[in-house]
This record gives sequence, structure tokens and C-alpha cells, in this order.
Amino acid sequence: MLLSVQNLRVKYGNIEALHGISFHVNRGEIVTLIGANGAGKTTTLLSIMRLPPPEAPKVVEGDILYEGQSILGWETHDVVRKLHMDLSPEGRRIFGNLTVMENLVLATYARKDGEEAIARDLDRVLSLFPRMSERRKQRSESLSGGEQQMLAVGRAIMTGCDFILLDEPSMGLAPLLMYEMFRTLKKLNELGLTILLIEQNAKVALNFAHRGYVLDTGEIKTSGTAEELKRDPEVKKAYLGG
Amino acid sequence: MLQSFLQNILNALQWGSFYSLIALGYCLVYGVLLLINFAHGDIFMVGAYIAFYCCMFLLGKFGVFAGLPGWMVLAVAIPLTMILTAVVGVTLERIAYRPLRRKGVNRLYVVITALMCGLILENGNLALLGASRKSFPTLVPIKVFEVFGVTVTNIKLMVIGVAILSFLLLHFIVTRTKIGMAMRAISYDRFAVPLMGIPADTVIVFTFVLGSGFAGLAGLFFAMTYPVIDPYMGALIGWKAFIAAVVGGIGSIAGAFAGGFLLGFVEIMVVAFFPSTYRDLIAFSILLLILSIRPTGLFGVARRTKI
Repeated sequence: MLLSVQNLRVKYGNIEALHGISFHVNRGEIVTLIGANGAGKTTTLLSIMRLPPPEAPKVVEGDILYEGQSILGWETHDVVRKLHMDLSPEGRRIFGNLTVMENLVLATYARKDGEEAIARDLDRVLSLFPRMSERRKQRSESLSGGEQQMLAVGRAIMTGCDFILLDEPSMGLAPLLMYEMFRTLKKLNELGLTILLIEQNAKVALNFAHRGYVLDTGEIKTSGTAEELKRDPEVKKAYLGG
Repeated sequence: MLQSFLQNILNALQWGSFYSLIALGYCLVYGVLLLINFAHGDIFMVGAYIAFYCCMFLLGKFGVFAGLPGWMVLAVAIPLTMILTAVVGVTLERIAYRPLRRKGVNRLYVVITALMCGLILENGNLALLGASRKSFPTLVPIKVFEVFGVTVTNIKLMVIGVAILSFLLLHFIVTRTKIGMAMRAISYDRFAVPLMGIPADTVIVFTFVLGSGFAGLAGLFFAMTYPVIDPYMGALIGWKAFIAAVVGGIGSIAGAFAGGFLLGFVEIMVVAFFPSTYRDLIAFSILLLILSIRPTGLFGVARRTKI
């Protein structure tokens, strides 16, 4: 088990956002958390990445294990550089005042695996997202929303991560671009990238993932393989539109 | 007429150099933390005192050793002053600003803390060293050159040169190095920086090192130019440099330098044509006018976000 979240309860101030959720991700898998707005999906990812307050919630109970070891006491930058995990956050959060290329280069800040590996990843990102290549010298805030989303994913890959957490990567993307993005991610998964995906669009998510969990108001309602979830009448009714 | 104009330009460049070197400290810290570090003017003052003690020590005035020749003292005092002043700046960050940041308090409280830190530096100095002014030793004999009737001293040339070199160095760091990129990134989105595997605190400490180091450098050359130092020397010049940074466009290195030189020019030119008591009145009226036309300053860019 690569990542195991155990009975996690977290609070924003006095408000409890997750009421003890448990799930796990194996190496090489694509796992998705689906659920409506306010179900606690983003909160889960922020907790795993150990982002500090006020952005992230406080863990009051439970544990987050990476290969069996608790990472509750870790700081975000160490999670990124030592565990090779990264989050492509909600709202993209690219550095708009930097050029596209600078965004990608900055992501390699803490990498220790040498210029060769960095060059290989840069090649990969630029060929996966040809638009990045065309616009590498542009200030990234001048990109369209969809391009910014690709940059956010590309930037996460440039940190050298082998486990990526994606928070609604389809947001703001035209359908065609969205499918292109998921095809790309699938390719990366076949090359060894583990993916934990959050999506509101349950249909897309379940077509993409191997397994999934349904999150509802801070609790895990159901779980199973993507095929099982797609057939589940409850899931069908609530998330797949009948 | 032309001669006096050129003379004034030289004087303005020198005067503006001091403002610029101090303004960039406000600018860097604001750029990274969105914190107006009101203690910065006093860090400049502390820098001047550190320079004083470094020079006295190196000249052999404390009797520890025989002392070095003046130019060698200057060569050693420059890095030493910058390093020690940087230590003071980083210490303030560690004991005053970081704990507040960790608690995620409103920025207002951090700004108030910065004001208090400035007062503590001033009054700590007053308590420790007394109110008497100290006269700064002469390190290099003043040489006066005369070109086309315009007089210029070697110190004046040095000050202007140091300011220009500092600008080029900082510009290089901020635009070309990864830590510089991280500084710009943090000013845009502090949340996302740790996700790049970058410890935000490292970037913040580096920013304080740069800002305070160059304030120390300004302190050293200011004391060489006007060789009397006192605990309140940083207060007014600090405020003015802050305003210069805002007019230049706070958060931009080029802006800090442009604002600093602009303020230097305006002040010197006002004195050249009006009674000197009008200086600050006219200077700040002009700056106010600039800000009302361009609220983001000369080099500032209003931030855009895409939803």
C-alpha cells in the first residue's frame, strides 16, 4: 500500500469537515474520490499534502501513512521532495507572474535526481502539452484557463513526482481538451505514475480510474472498482444522472 | 548654468543611491511577504553602527591588533557589515515575524510588530550606546576631481557605482536564479510554493538576508559620506525610502531603484531652485501626484487573475 488514510477526522476551526474516513491507494493505481460540492474531497487532499493552516484543516484524529509510515508530522515541501508526491491544486494556482517555462523550471527546485532526469521530464511535459512549448516565454497568467490547467499538471510532473494528486483537473476545460488531458494522464499512469483523482464529473472519473470511493458530507459512502461503482444503483442515481 | 545642472545631477545620483539601496529592502520583503517592514530604516541605522564598529576594529582602534590601511579596511568592512546586518534582519524575522506568520494572524499585526521592532532597535541602541553621536573614521582620503567645472569626489563615484552594481546583481538574482524565481512565485501565491518542494521559510530568510545586507551596505557608505551617526538617523530616511519604493512600484526591483533615484532628483532639484525648507513639501507633493495618476507606482503592475 502506497498511501493509506486511516479514520481521518479533520476540523476547520470548530467545524468538522471529515468524520473519520479511510481509504488507500496502491502503487501504480488510479484511484478517484467522487462526491458533490462540500463533500470534503479537497480537504482530504490538502490534509494528505500536509499544507499548513489557514489553507488546510487540522487533523484531530486518525492517521495518514505513506508506505506504512505516518506523515502527520511532515511539512509540505518534504512530502514533495522526499516522498515524490505532488498536488495539482484546486484553482490551478500557477505562478501567473512567471513565464510558462519559469513555472516548469521552478518546480525542479528541490530535485536531486540530476539534469538528465529533469531534461527527460521537461521533454515529456512539452510533448504531452504542445501548447506549453509554443507559449513557454509567455507570462503564464496570459494563458487560457485550460492551458493554465495543463501547466498546473505539467508543473506537478516537473517536481519529479511518481504519485500525483489531482484536484478537479477537468475544471474549465472544454470537453475535447478534457479527454485529451485524461488520455495523457492515462499514458503517464502506464509509465508508472500513481494517481489520486478528485472529480465532480463522476462519469469521467469512473471511466478513467481503476477504483473509486464515494465521499458524502465528510464520510465514505461506498467504494469499489470503477466498474462496480458504475453499476451501483445509488451511485447511478446520485452521481451519474440515473 | 549647465555646470550647476550637471553638478546637481551628480549630487542627486548620490543621494538617490542611498534611497534606492534602502528602498530595495522594503521592496523585496513586501514582494515576498506583503509585509511593510517598518523596521527596515532602523536596520539601515544598525548597519551604519555595525560598519562603524567594524571599521574601528579593523583600523586597530580597539587595540586588539595594529590595524590595517584604510582601503583594506573598506574592502573587509563591506562584506562584514553586510553579513552582520543581514544577521540582524534575519533575527528580527525569526523572533518577531515568523511566530506571527505561523499563527496565521492578520497582516496588520505583523506591520505593527515591525513598527515596534524599529522602535526597539532605535531605543536599544540609545540605551546601549548613549545619545551622543559618533563620528565615522575616514577610511579613504577624499579626492576631488574636477571635470568641466563639475566637482566630484571619489566617495560620490563609489556610492553611485555601488548602487548600480547592487541593482544589476539583484536584478540577476531575481530574474535568473531559481531562488529568485521562488521569491517572485511566493509574492504571487504563497500557498503553491511548498508544493514545488520549496521550503517557504528558506525563501523568506534569503529575502531578509538580501534586504538587510544591502541596508547595511547603504549604512556603511552613508556613514562614509556624512560621517556622523546617531540612533535616529534611520527613521526619516527609512520613511522616505519606503515612499520611494511605493512610488517606484513596490515589489519591483527596478521600481525601487527608479523610485529612489527619482526622490533623490526631486529633493536635490527643489533645493537648487527653492529655499531648502520647501524640499520635503514639494518633493512629497510631486510623489503624491504620481501616485494619484499611477496608484501601482511607476513599475508596478496591477495583478490579474483568471477564473
